[in-house]
Amino acid sequence: MFDEKALEKIRAGKEKWEQGPVAQAHSRSSERKPIFTTISGTPVGRLYTPLDVKGLDYERDLGYPGEFPFTRGVQPTMYRGRYWTVRQYAGFGDARSTNERYRHMLAQGQTGLSVAFHLPTQAGYDSDHPLSMGEVGKVGVAIDHIGDMRILFDQIPLDKVTTSMTMNAPAIVLVSMYLVIAQEQGVAWDKVGGTIQNDVLKEIICRGQYIYPPRKSMRLAIDLIEFCGKNVPKWNPISISGYHIREAGSTAAQEMAFTIADGIAYTEACIERGMEVDSFAPRLSFFFNAFTNVLEEVAKFRAGRRYWAKVMRDRFKAKDPRSMMLRFHVQTGGVSLTAQQPLNNIVRVAFQAYATALGGAQSLHTNSFDEALCLPTQQAATIALRTQQIVAEESGAADTVDPLAGSYYVENMTDRIEAEIDDYIQKIDAMGGSLAAIEQGYIQKEILESSYRFQKELESGERVYVGVNKYVMEEPSPTGLLKVDMAVGEMKAAELKEHRAQRDHAKWKAALDELRRVSMTDENVMPCVIEAVKAKATVGEICDVWRDLYGEYRPKEFVY
Amino acid sequence: MARKIKMIMAKPGLDGHDRGAKLLTRICAEAGMEVVYTGLRQTPEMIVAAAEQECADVIGLSSLSGVHNYFFPRVAELMKQRGLDHVLLVGGGIIPEEDYDFLKESGMAAIFGPGTPTAEIVSFIRNNVRRR
Repeated sequence: MFDEKALEKIRAGKEKWEQGPVAQAHSRSSERKPIFTTISGTPVGRLYTPLDVKGLDYERDLGYPGEFPFTRGVQPTMYRGRYWTVRQYAGFGDARSTNERYRHMLAQGQTGLSVAFHLPTQAGYDSDHPLSMGEVGKVGVAIDHIGDMRILFDQIPLDKVTTSMTMNAPAIVLVSMYLVIAQEQGVAWDKVGGTIQNDVLKEIICRGQYIYPPRKSMRLAIDLIEFCGKNVPKWNPISISGYHIREAGSTAAQEMAFTIADGIAYTEACIERGMEVDSFAPRLSFFFNAFTNVLEEVAKFRAGRRYWAKVMRDRFKAKDPRSMMLRFHVQTGGVSLTAQQPLNNIVRVAFQAYATALGGAQSLHTNSFDEALCLPTQQAATIALRTQQIVAEESGAADTVDPLAGSYYVENMTDRIEAEIDDYIQKIDAMGGSLAAIEQGYIQKEILESSYRFQKELESGERVYVGVNKYVMEEPSPTGLLKVDMAVGEMKAAELKEHRAQRDHAKWKAALDELRRVSMTDENVMPCVIEAVKAKATVGEICDVWRDLYGEYRPKEFVY
Repeated sequence: MARKIKMIMAKPGLDGHDRGAKLLTRICAEAGMEVVYTGLRQTPEMIVAAAEQECADVIGLSSLSGVHNYFFPRVAELMKQRGLDHVLLVGGGIIPEEDYDFLKESGMAAIFGPGTPTAEIVSFIRNNVRRR
């Protein structure tokens, strides 16, 4: 963007400034630290100038929103057209109480739903399974069968609301249920919109809600992508997630790099299945984290968009621009919340939401300030929702597209993060791709190293966390925390007993037998899952069919 | 030379959040302990069996999914039944302070909430472990 002559002038000017005013300032008092770094450990310079972006070619590297390489955003007008979707993740107790919370949130201006399922459903167990004890309804809503799903979406029209579901190993079962409910509401599948997480690779990397070995998990994930591509065109059949990678301790660049590596693995698997890249790639969606360092987060989002666009165009030869768009949901950083002085978290979340808006996300979940203590109370959830509304409608971040473009610092950071992503992708390619890198424990180890480094910085005081290692104060223990009634477990167990007794046994058995048969072939299993769901098979029963056929994943234990 | 302190780090229930458990495994090992991390989805039976098998001096439990009041006392109870009363039982994670008293009465020696410096955990273990 600058010619050599102009750069030469700036180089001379900067040198003069460093030897003059900077040296003088230094002689009066040194800077606060010898080296400044972002929370990811990336060094931050004193001042950025055109010299730091001298290789930047505007048309090639930034371009225009809605056009390759999408650095500045995936839509031409971004939030001037429509705000991001406000999508608060919620669910607890039984389907009835969660349905009430959803209807309240929609009435408060939320524009999409995001279902938090309790852990037994995520791990493919029914609420009355021995491993479900103590977990029922705790961190999400308990869904065992189609009847629960019907209550969950009672009076919520599935052609008007889009729904995101955080569901992975049993993803195909829950989407089947959702589609059956849509049918019951008289909504055609081509009118149904939403997102299923369906990202089994990151479950194995860091989130822990896996069931089957990696390659078998991939088969179910791809079946779901293939079926939705043909039958539910507005559905995002996967949300390739860096969120949990970051929560587990990665840096910003690692979050983006490992997520893109997983994205490459899913793309390859779809192509191997015989799908044409432009037939499914436009519906691949992503999910990232946002921490409090606004500028680093913005650079991360921009670098990710540019890198993914190049991967799709150059590696996979996609032709459709929509295949090259990194469309993503963001959730603010759960690990950045502190149990100490929890109201401070409102401020952290506001910065993170602001970073997300400046970074051009398609949807956002803002955390509640009390989440380092418990599930969000209604009051905390409302503040989190209002935070998004303030960022959207008061901050000005939504009024122009990619406002930080052209900042010497942000452009330099964008380049640096992109280079780091590329380094990782090359390393992972050399290992044989993401699946192999995960099987070797490489990605897990890289994340652990970063989380260890961060912990050390925190404990040495080098990294400040307000209220935790600086500005600490005595405070009374918090009160009014949300508690989920343990009785939900007993209630669900009794309800399941009745559900199993009342269904048509022959029909149920035939559906599960057929599912088993098809699961042993290369045919897509999803039509059989839909039939099994209609025949009132439970999540646990369906998942057991595959447990039996595919086995279960067990990570290696580790000893120090 | 004294035998190293032997520790079992465990995640009871279905919770998948193990950043803290993995970090502490490493940090306790660096502090001179021998630590086995069991991985996710452990039942109280599995945890206590691992402690028996490894002749552990300490069991560390981690929970971020709100199941501490269910699982922690069950581990303590099972330890009693198996004659592992001498083993130090500690826990941590997202646990409201209002639950601390109940958990301590149920046999937990200490509960460490979010933000606890790891050095505090290491020194608590060193000062309270009963070596056989």
